[in-house]
Amino acid sequence: MAAPEVHHLFHNPIADHSFSADRKTLAVARESNVELYGRVGKAFKLKDELKGHDKTVTSVDIAPNSGRIVTCSQDRNALVWEPSPQGYKPTLVLLRINRAATFVRWSPSEAKFAVGSGDRVIAVCYFEEENDWWVSKHLKKPIRSTITTVAWHPNSVLLAAGSTDAHARVFSSFIKGVDTKPEPGVWGERLPFNTVCGEYLNNSAGWVHAVGFSPSGDALAFAAHDSSITVVYPSGADEPPRAIVSINTQLMPFMSLIWNGEGEIIAAGYDCEAYRFKGGEGGWQLSGTLEAAKGRPALGGGDREESALNMFRQMDLKGKVSKDDTQLKTVHQNTVTMLRPYETNGERVTKFSSSGVDGRLVIWNA
Amino acid sequence: MSQSLRPYLQAVRTSLSAALCLSNFASQTAERHNVPEIEAQTSPEVLLAPLTIARNENERVLIEPSINSIRVSIKIKQADEIEHILVHKFTRFLTQRAESFFILRRKPIKGYDISFLITNFHTEEMLKHKLVDFIIQFMEEVDKEISEMKLFVSSVALARWFRWPPRLIIKQLNARARFVAESFLTPFD
Repeated sequence: MAAPEVHHLFHNPIADHSFSADRKTLAVARESNVELYGRVGKAFKLKDELKGHDKTVTSVDIAPNSGRIVTCSQDRNALVWEPSPQGYKPTLVLLRINRAATFVRWSPSEAKFAVGSGDRVIAVCYFEEENDWWVSKHLKKPIRSTITTVAWHPNSVLLAAGSTDAHARVFSSFIKGVDTKPEPGVWGERLPFNTVCGEYLNNSAGWVHAVGFSPSGDALAFAAHDSSITVVYPSGADEPPRAIVSINTQLMPFMSLIWNGEGEIIAAGYDCEAYRFKGGEGGWQLSGTLEAAKGRPALGGGDREESALNMFRQMDLKGKVSKDDTQLKTVHQNTVTMLRPYETNGERVTKFSSSGVDGRLVIWNA
Repeated sequence: MSQSLRPYLQAVRTSLSAALCLSNFASQTAERHNVPEIEAQTSPEVLLAPLTIARNENERVLIEPSINSIRVSIKIKQADEIEHILVHKFTRFLTQRAESFFILRRKPIKGYDISFLITNFHTEEMLKHKLVDFIIQFMEEVDKEISEMKLFVSSVALARWFRWPPRLIIKQLNARARFVAESFLTPFD
């Protein structure tokens, strides 16, 4: 297996990252700005900065076809950045929320995007031609706490959301005039706006950190703060799901997950490395870490020289010479916040990217 | 390290590393605010159950986790009056310098001698396992220091009771406390 490609961009946490369709542009959320990096040979060079938010940017997403960038921040706003020859032009979105916006994702059709917020609503935003403005409709009903994450179904109508009230939910975000009527499927037949197609709780009711639909859209996985991943297989409208499989682990909680085909999930989080899960409706299990046990890339120099004075001072005060254990054995040196597919081959992910609190962006072979 | 101290510290270490899974979380109650939820206590669903780890009735640790911050409170062993005074002086010295100490809380939780408040911003810029190491080491050393100071006080008091005024003894004691406390102030340079 080829070694992962490590890019140490800066010394701030990366809340979210997104690649453009040609993988030449990388958008990274850094504090209250979004930085755009361009690929130059093997490295990424800072190209542009999108300044428009005045609080921490929590999420960024590039639409693969239109190239529009949507960002949201704890200052309660979301901005759509339109590419133009003079650079990116921001447009404010009428979110109508008055708490932090926490998560944003374009729908696969790119006509809509969903913004999760601390206001206990999800704003589903779409462009209204007559007003020349991005407006939103609120998914409100059973949400009782901050939305931490959202994920789109491939049909662009169903939306999964995870929240700190420990529920993962599936909503319909059907908007007349924007969406075409979806085919009836396992999640339900008639899907008017704000239909709750599923509401799932895991065993110990931890905060949900990540949700994801399988490539076909017929299964939903979510990762929660009790270090578990739960996979739900629904069976149709108003019927109990065919199977709910929970995988409990002895690891730290997962912050993000991606599906790799129908029988594999890759998740990463507070353990600073990615793990692979394999299984199906009958059961899932942890199959191991994606990091090679040896041959991990050396991140710093060798042992650092200690001054004699420092050594004796350490021995005097602490009774021991402190050895340098400031580096983790993983590639990421702090929590992994986001996983994204980087290169796909049909349903399979051949490469994926991860970003972390340590300011690193790593491209892995799946 | 005594036999019962090791499992105690091990329990604190594993609980702390599990509790230190923090993320950036903006307030749900106040607009445009991002506050430690464990201090604000405004949204019960983002707080986790507090945990007490006790070695005996005089030594215990309280860990209160939440989604973006944890509070760790330590009750330091105090066997007699003089240890009580020494612990009070020692923790007072530290808490007065709380801002250069990053994770120290200015005021301990009721029933405890010293409290730390660790937020997601601390775990973002400092290594999590080193933060845990630091608290464990603090707990290890603080007992030793208190008993050392106690020995020092008694010896000074015995030898010089009739020649030195008590003020000078306190002054010497303060100097020792300062030296020890300063060794705790350096790890985060």
